[in-house]
Amino acid sequence: MPQVLSGQGTTPVLSVRDLRTYFFSPEGTTRAVDGVSFDLFERRTLGIVGETGCGKSVTARSILRLIEPPGRIVGGEILLRRGDTLVDLAQLPPNGRLMRSIRGGDIGLVFQEPMTSFSPVHTIGSQIIEAIRLHGRGSRREARDRAIELLRMVGVSRPRERLAEYPWQLSGGLRQRAMIAMALAGDPRVLIADEPTTALDVTTQAQILHLLRSLQSRTGMAIILITHDLGVIAEMADDVVVMYLGNVVERGPVDAIFHAPKHPYTRALLDSIPRLEAPARSKLETIRGGVPHPFNRPTGCPFHPRCARAIDGLCDEREPEPLPLAPGHEVRCHLYGADPIGRARDDRAEGVIVG
Amino acid sequence: MSEGTSQAPPPEARDPRPAGRDGEGRIPFASQRRLIWWRFRRHRLAVAGGAVVLLLYLVALFADFLAYADPSASDGHRSLIPPQGIDLFDEDGFHPHVHPLIGTRDLRTFERVYRRDEGREIPLCFLCRGYEYTLLGIIRTDIHLIGVERGRAEASLAILGTDVQGRDLFSRMVVATRTSLTIGIVGVGISLVLGVALGGISGYHGGVVDLVIQRVIEILRSIPVIPLWLGLAAALPRSWSVIQVYFAITIIISLIGWTELARVVRGRFLALRHEDFIVAAELAGCSPRRIIFVHMVPLVASHIIAATTLALPLMIISETALSFLGLGLRPPAVSWGVLLQQASNIEAIALTPWLILPVIPVVTAVLAFNFLGDGLRDAADPYGI
Amino acid sequence: MLTYLARRAALGMLTIWAISLLSFVIIQLPPGDFVTTYIAQLGQTATGSSLEEAQALRRAYGLDRPLLVQYATWISRVARGDLGMSLNWKRPVVDVIGDRIWLTMVVSIAAMVFTWLLALPIGIYSAVRRYTLADHLFTFVGFVGVAVPSFLLALLVMYVGLVIFGADVGGLFSPELAHAPWGWAKFKDLLLHLPLPAAVLALGGTAQLFRIMRANLLDELQKPYVLTARAKGLSEPRLLLKYPVRVALNPFASSIGFLFPQIVSGSVIVSMVLSLPTVGPLLLDALHAQDMFLAGAIVLLLGILTVLGTLISDLVLMWLDPRIRHAGRGSVR
Repeated sequence: MPQVLSGQGTTPVLSVRDLRTYFFSPEGTTRAVDGVSFDLFERRTLGIVGETGCGKSVTARSILRLIEPPGRIVGGEILLRRGDTLVDLAQLPPNGRLMRSIRGGDIGLVFQEPMTSFSPVHTIGSQIIEAIRLHGRGSRREARDRAIELLRMVGVSRPRERLAEYPWQLSGGLRQRAMIAMALAGDPRVLIADEPTTALDVTTQAQILHLLRSLQSRTGMAIILITHDLGVIAEMADDVVVMYLGNVVERGPVDAIFHAPKHPYTRALLDSIPRLEAPARSKLETIRGGVPHPFNRPTGCPFHPRCARAIDGLCDEREPEPLPLAPGHEVRCHLYGADPIGRARDDRAEGVIVG
Repeated sequence: MSEGTSQAPPPEARDPRPAGRDGEGRIPFASQRRLIWWRFRRHRLAVAGGAVVLLLYLVALFADFLAYADPSASDGHRSLIPPQGIDLFDEDGFHPHVHPLIGTRDLRTFERVYRRDEGREIPLCFLCRGYEYTLLGIIRTDIHLIGVERGRAEASLAILGTDVQGRDLFSRMVVATRTSLTIGIVGVGISLVLGVALGGISGYHGGVVDLVIQRVIEILRSIPVIPLWLGLAAALPRSWSVIQVYFAITIIISLIGWTELARVVRGRFLALRHEDFIVAAELAGCSPRRIIFVHMVPLVASHIIAATTLALPLMIISETALSFLGLGLRPPAVSWGVLLQQASNIEAIALTPWLILPVIPVVTAVLAFNFLGDGLRDAADPYGI
Repeated sequence: MLTYLARRAALGMLTIWAISLLSFVIIQLPPGDFVTTYIAQLGQTATGSSLEEAQALRRAYGLDRPLLVQYATWISRVARGDLGMSLNWKRPVVDVIGDRIWLTMVVSIAAMVFTWLLALPIGIYSAVRRYTLADHLFTFVGFVGVAVPSFLLALLVMYVGLVIFGADVGGLFSPELAHAPWGWAKFKDLLLHLPLPAAVLALGGTAQLFRIMRANLLDELQKPYVLTARAKGLSEPRLLLKYPVRVALNPFASSIGFLFPQIVSGSVIVSMVLSLPTVGPLLLDALHAQDMFLAGAIVLLLGILTVLGTLISDLVLMWLDPRIRHAGRGSVR
């Protein structure tokens, strides 16, 4: 079993090790997730941040084994702790009984589009009750009572009446609350929230985030929060994973990421946030260039074409390996290698750091 | 996120952004037309359909050249000859020929029966003389692709058999291509004008006009049209000439056929209506007519072409059906439907099954048009999935 | 909900009115009025009394009055169930049509049911197992199905039936029962003969509908709610049937609105080829004989029954789609 890379004394609920999910098409292979590792602990929130298309959502879906062809998990482990045993989700048949009971049972999922994440022709009630009955025993009536309780818990007013309503009769915020209620139906120990607030207005965003936090303190579940919004990360996350083109370029505790960012990409991201304390009329930094198309993945470090500190002959040729900087803090950049030119020649298979 | 859900189209199709660093410069630029062509080419069935359509129109164009017998030459002694076939080889090698047929009347059933005279051969020739016709409407000639050496082809060849009046089925099928394929074009032309005009007005103006036109379309679509056509076609005066009937039938068919085109055009126009560049054109003072024809029609042209291609087979089927029932084109006009009329009862099917052969060109043409139209429709939207 | 119903009903009424107008046009189109034809037909055997009768007819139908009045007279008679006289049969149109209109509907509805029963599972299978051999096969057969008009298919079926079984596969009844009064035996006989013409009529619609179902389902399978349902831990078959198929059913149900008219249309020609005792052959005879009252009546009846069929499909749609049930705004094409 891979070593635990965290300052916490406990074992993680979920550890992802070198996860690789590729999409195969006649035009080429898209390495949507290419060697992602992180640990998730009880009562803690892990934020995954990155630009659109960096593989955040694919990571989330890979964990739940919701990747459909032409996509496939080609390597890595997804270790879920169930009681005393560890289950490698990557090895399970994706539609088998065990995987299905984990989906929605151990791991709940909240999507970014509250608009379309519910079926338009079924009532909110039928969809939530279905989720409850899939993961618990009990009569229809009990499931119904539980659904009402869940809706109340996520702050939906008049929960009893809402059950009979259709998704399109609810506002965006309410729908997202109902979505969270549904994700909680199986008492999951892990909640994956994929851009849960992106489609909502700012006030509603704050309410939903607040709700997630209070639910966490009540149930003790671990949360993976996927977002491109560093503000949300700062507010919610305990640990942060920064992704770029399917790679984890840096991960560490939230304080380290925000106050001592190491990777040039992390720094660039932080620099592009508007700040209140910045002098008036100062120019807002942007990251030059755009995320390259997955088929045109640069050689070497995927970030080097946009990186201000790229080293010619190194960064554009060799992919950097993850380097531990402090307990729980790890960066994937040649700038921090002991001997930038020579050492990086090591094979990935050796697993110098964490494979 | 789209990474997980859709199969990726080729990079050229998805990402025609200006070239930047890191090798994006390798992505070539492509015009809309080019993209459509690329996408169309990927549909192998559509390309094949296009080829068949082209071939059929060539047949229609050179029908008289390809036919070997005068389609209206009847001969009571050659009534209902079964398909005769051609022998390609004899003892001397490649030497296409047929055997003469000896017709007798069965004295019990009073049917004509034919026997091959194996002893004699009638050699075939290529590019030889037959009946006179005008090629492409200008050149008077009597050269045909095939014929028989010495003698009239009408009297000795019946590759696909003959009908009751002893007319050659193959030649008639070839010549019928002309009628059957052009009636579709004329019909589609009328439908196109009606569909684009009404669909365009409906989609551009919206409001009450749209409502009225939409209701009319909805009503037309919910009427069983064939009985209606039949009624209208039956009411055509018997005294009309072939040409008059031809155009009357075209109009009847197209009166119903325009609704689908109008629907497509309206849908596209509605979608375009609120695009910024249309609003900008409007603010710049363009007249509605200019906006429709200069700004909008070019953008929907590909869709219109696709819808037109898909409307053609319907026209062909309609004509065939009407003529088949004896309510469309009437002899001496020759169309696939007119030919099939002879196979419309059980006795004909039982005794002279080769008379159903015109089914083959009908189905081929319709299938080819459908494949072509389908490919065009998919290609019309090069950015779609 | 009521608004929606009212809207559809109003449209149905409008359609029926349009059909009645067209039927009237058909009756009026041939040169001279029908009594002229009638008299001409009586010509050879004309007696004083029949000529008088003709004049009486002309007065009764107001043929000496303006067109609009004629239409009003005709339509009010039709409303009372008087469809006029068939010149060819010299009997009231209602008697001539008799059972045939119902048999037309039986055949058409059976064809519609066939269409659904075939298109639904094939569409689901093709969408879920996309790009497999079977999917390609179905798609190709679908193309051919759209391309072969039903009457040509009927011709081929007749031919094949004759060659392989050596029997006439047409008709809706066995010869010995064709003119028998209705009873259990005749009904069973009908059920036995119904599948073939129904299948012939259903092919074109099935091909269209299967493609619609496949495309819809493919669309729906991409929707986030499918992923949501999967993330709940629902098993794949249950999920498929409960969510995307259910949603994709909506356009499916509304397809009856344009398929049913097509099937009724097709039944007219197919009936002729397969010699079914529906109104199809009757209509053709009437048209050939310029028996316009009979023809007009048949066109009108077919139109009305089609509109009724479409209205029923709207009710089904409403029951299927809560969005229509609640909002009352029609989203039907």
